[in-house]
Parts: sequence; C-alpha cells; structure tokens
Amino acid sequence: MRPLSADRWLPKLVLSPTLLASLIFVYGFILITIAMSFTESRMLPNWEWAGIDRYVDLFDNDRFWVSAKNLAIFGSLFIVISMAVGLFLAILLDQKIRGEGFLRAIYLYPMALSFIVTGTAWKWMLNPGLGLERIVQQWGFADFTFDWLVNPDKAIYTVVIAGVWQSAGFAMALFLAGLRGVDSEIIKAAQVDGATLPTIYRRIIIPSLRPVFFSVALILAHIAIKSFDLVMALTGGGPGTASDVPAIFMYQFSFSRGQLGVGAASAVMMLMTIMAVMVPLMYAEAKSGNAR
Amino acid sequence: MNAVSRFFLYAILLLAALYALAPLWVMLATSFKSLDEIREGSLIAAPQAPTIAAWGKAWSRACTGVRCDGLQPFFINSLLMTIPAVLISTIIGALNGYALTHWKFRGSEVLFTMLLLGCFIPFQVVLLPMARTLGAIGFVDSVFGLIFVHVVYGLAFTTLFFRNYYIGVPGELIKAARVDGAGFFTIFWRILMPISMPIFMVCVIWQFTQIWNDFLFGVVFAGSDSQPVTVALNNLVRTSTGVKEYNVDMAAAIIAALPTLLVYIVAGKYFVRGLTAGAVKG
Repeated sequence: MRPLSADRWLPKLVLSPTLLASLIFVYGFILITIAMSFTESRMLPNWEWAGIDRYVDLFDNDRFWVSAKNLAIFGSLFIVISMAVGLFLAILLDQKIRGEGFLRAIYLYPMALSFIVTGTAWKWMLNPGLGLERIVQQWGFADFTFDWLVNPDKAIYTVVIAGVWQSAGFAMALFLAGLRGVDSEIIKAAQVDGATLPTIYRRIIIPSLRPVFFSVALILAHIAIKSFDLVMALTGGGPGTASDVPAIFMYQFSFSRGQLGVGAASAVMMLMTIMAVMVPLMYAEAKSGNAR
Repeated sequence: MNAVSRFFLYAILLLAALYALAPLWVMLATSFKSLDEIREGSLIAAPQAPTIAAWGKAWSRACTGVRCDGLQPFFINSLLMTIPAVLISTIIGALNGYALTHWKFRGSEVLFTMLLLGCFIPFQVVLLPMARTLGAIGFVDSVFGLIFVHVVYGLAFTTLFFRNYYIGVPGELIKAARVDGAGFFTIFWRILMPISMPIFMVCVIWQFTQIWNDFLFGVVFAGSDSQPVTVALNNLVRTSTGVKEYNVDMAAAIIAALPTLLVYIVAGKYFVRGLTAGAVKG
C-alpha cells in the first residue's frame, strides 16, 4: 500500500471549497440578511440598530398583506389542483395505455420551460382583446367575457392557471413513479378477493402513496413560495399591486424602492414560511417513509 | 375494463395532451403570423400566410429596454453563463459526492446534512448580501458574477445527485483498489468515472435547465449588457413602442425556450430522472 497521508487530507481538501461556500454564502448570508432586518438600512446598509421597527413597517404595509394573501390563494390552489390533476392522469396512464411514453413526454414538457416563457405565452392567450375571450366569442357566445388578467380581483387566478399548466405533468410523473412502486402482489390478492378497481385504488394504492403525496406537496409548496418569475411575466404583480406575491414585494422594496431593511425583513418572513411548511412535511414524510 | 370505458380513458388522456400542447401551438402559430392576421384571425388558427419576419425581428432588431438589437446578444450571454456554470458545478458535485460516500471522515455526514439546506432556502434570503459582495469584488455587470452565483447555489443539488448515486457503489470495490495502491483521484478516474455516465447526464441536464431558465439571479445581479435571455425576454415583452407586436413576443419566447426544449426532446429520459431524483430529497 502506498502511503496514506495524501488520501487522509485529500477528501477534506476536495470538500473544503464547498464547505466554505456554504458557510459564507448560505449560512453567513442568511445571518447578514436577518441582521439587516433589524437595522435602519434604507438605500444603503446602515447597521444602526432599529429593533423590530422594520417588521412593524412590514406588518403595517397593506401591500405586504396583499402579497401574503395572494400567496395563500395561489399556493393552496396551485398545490391542490396540480396534485389532483397529476394523480388523476397518473392513474389513467397506469392502465396499460398504448403510447404511454409519448403521452408522458407531452404532459411533462412544460417543466422544461422557463416560467418567463410560460408567463409570456399565457399572457398572450389570456389577454381579453385578442385571446381566449375572442375565440369563445367567435364560436358564437357573443356575451362571453374573460378579463381575469386585467381584473384586480381575479388576476392571481391567472397565475394559478399558468402554474398548474406548467407543474401538473411534474406531479403526474412523480405519482406515476409511485404507482409503479406499489407491490403488485397485494393488488392481485385484492382482485382475487373480488375488489373492484376503484376500491383497490381508494383503499390500497392511494393510501400506500402517502410518502409520494408528501414529496409532491413539498416541492410544489417550494415552487409556490419562491414564485417570482411566473408572476413577473404574466401580470407583473398587477393590475396595480393586485397580484403581488412576497417574492415580488421583496424584490421591489430591496432593489427599486431603496428599502433594504424592509426588503430583508420580508426575505426573512419568506424563509420562515418555507421552514414552517417544509419542516412538518419533511417530518411527516420521514415518518411515513419509515413506517413502510 | 370494457370497450366504452377504455374509449373514455383514451379520450381524456388525449384531451389532456391537447391542453398541454395548446400554448406551444398558439406560440408557434402566432410567431408566424403578420400583425394584421393576428388582429383579424383566431388565436388558435394556423397562419394563412406564414412569415418569418417576426423571428428576424425578435432575434436581431426588437427592443429590450434601451437596446434594440433583439435577443441575440442575451442569448449569447446565457450560453456564456450556462455552459461554464453547469460544468464547474457538476465536476465539483461529482468529487463532493465521491468524497462524502467513499472517503467518510468524522463529521462528513453532518457536513452533508448542512449542505442540504442550500436546496431549500428561498434565494431572496441571500440576495442582498450577495449583491453587495459581487459589487465589492467587481463581478457586477459581467457574466462572471452570474457564473459564480449559479455555481455556488448549484453545488447543494449537484452534490446531492452524486452522493445519492455513489452511495450505491459497493465499498469493497474502493477498498480493493486502495489495497492495490490506488489513491483518491486514481480510484475516482478509473472506477467511478466509467460508471458515472447516467448521473452526469442527469446532473448536467438538471443544472442546464435550472440555470438557463433562471430569472431571479439574472434580474438582480446582471448589468444591462450581461443579462441572460430570460431577463431580456421579459424586457422585450414589457417594452412597448406603439403597437404591441405579439408575433415578435411569441417568436422571442420560443427562442428563449429552444435550448431547454431541445435538451428535453433529446434527453428527456434523464430530465425526468433528475426531476424525480431531486424530488426524493428536494
């Protein structure tokens, strides 16, 4: 054997740049952002202690609450509809379908697109003058109106439409992978016992997909909370600020309005939201994974 | 299952496929129409008199804010940014994954768990310090800044990919090679590399899609001349000089989407595997 000395420190040396990058650019920067949210920073960082003033500013800001409410609406609808459509398509595809690979590829391709591209495409299709509204009118429904894109009360739902279009195929792929992992012996045994297909799905297959449900929810929640580009491209947060989400709030206060302290405070709130959603889901996922 | 329900099964699946394809069709059809035809015709109709004028304009003449030379310069920026960032983050991730699985040391598991946080954080929480850091080291207004940022925040994922792959390689194989006198890099090169092709594909495609499609880092950290194509596309759509040219917008959107779409068509299998592998933990 050759001397082991080099091999003793080489692995550590290889990992050290990544460790350093993680310590500085992930952990360190999170701490700096948290610190900045307690300061008087406006246009430039100003390390004068401000206590919880920036959080008071944030919670007094109507726009922040609009963005939080929009995230709640968008996030819950986006997650629930994407999962429902994804599971439904996965179950249908699981019935020994001819051309399954081809269909799967079609359902999943939106996931390869940038949210900016998706937003641009849907912005065009949903525009009230020349888009979907006009097609339906041309089909003979002259009174049909569909102005959600420019309607302050409805704009956030257009983000749901585009978001589901992009992500439902992804949910489908994960559910399908899960369905293929279900023990076929159990299913055969149930069939022998005379159980119908819907019963088998409802009582045996879907309950055994619990860990998959948690993973899909986890990823979709993550996409929803971080969503920025889709909203930017589709509505730009508008009309006015009607479809603002926290990521846009953070971006505008930090980089256009010169309110670094408030921007940092809103970023910290986003981190807390992700943690509040992720930690219980990950815990539940680990638990249901171990139980199997 | 009887014939009637099988018919409905296929009908639903085909309808869903049509729905998935509809936006792509509308984008393509619109991009080949003239503005007159867009105003008079139907959204979903095929172009009557196809023209590539909108494509030419989107590529080299459309205004993206102040500049009016189309998406071309920004498309090149995206290539200059994506290719090095993908290669660097993948290579480092491969070595990290190898070290974390077959050269464990005290604290290596803790180190891995610690790195994983990088997969979860919303990037908003690092934007402000990173903007100042890039300014301080003079990386603002160049693609180097974006390469740096994408490598740093891509490492958590690339390490995760390779770690989960290499953990399936039997430790005896590595031990035997060590007994024969092979060192850290020799083992990686001779034993791990030859079996790593699939995971390299998964990782490269994942990183390529992520970095090419990124908007947040691009819009925050890039100067007006170093913007990636996603940012330029958004500016192009928002820049209105008189008449709104939907055909140019759609051609531009397809141009921006083309590289990742091509990768998906050519290597979709690895793309799906990356999504599901990333999903297991991420």
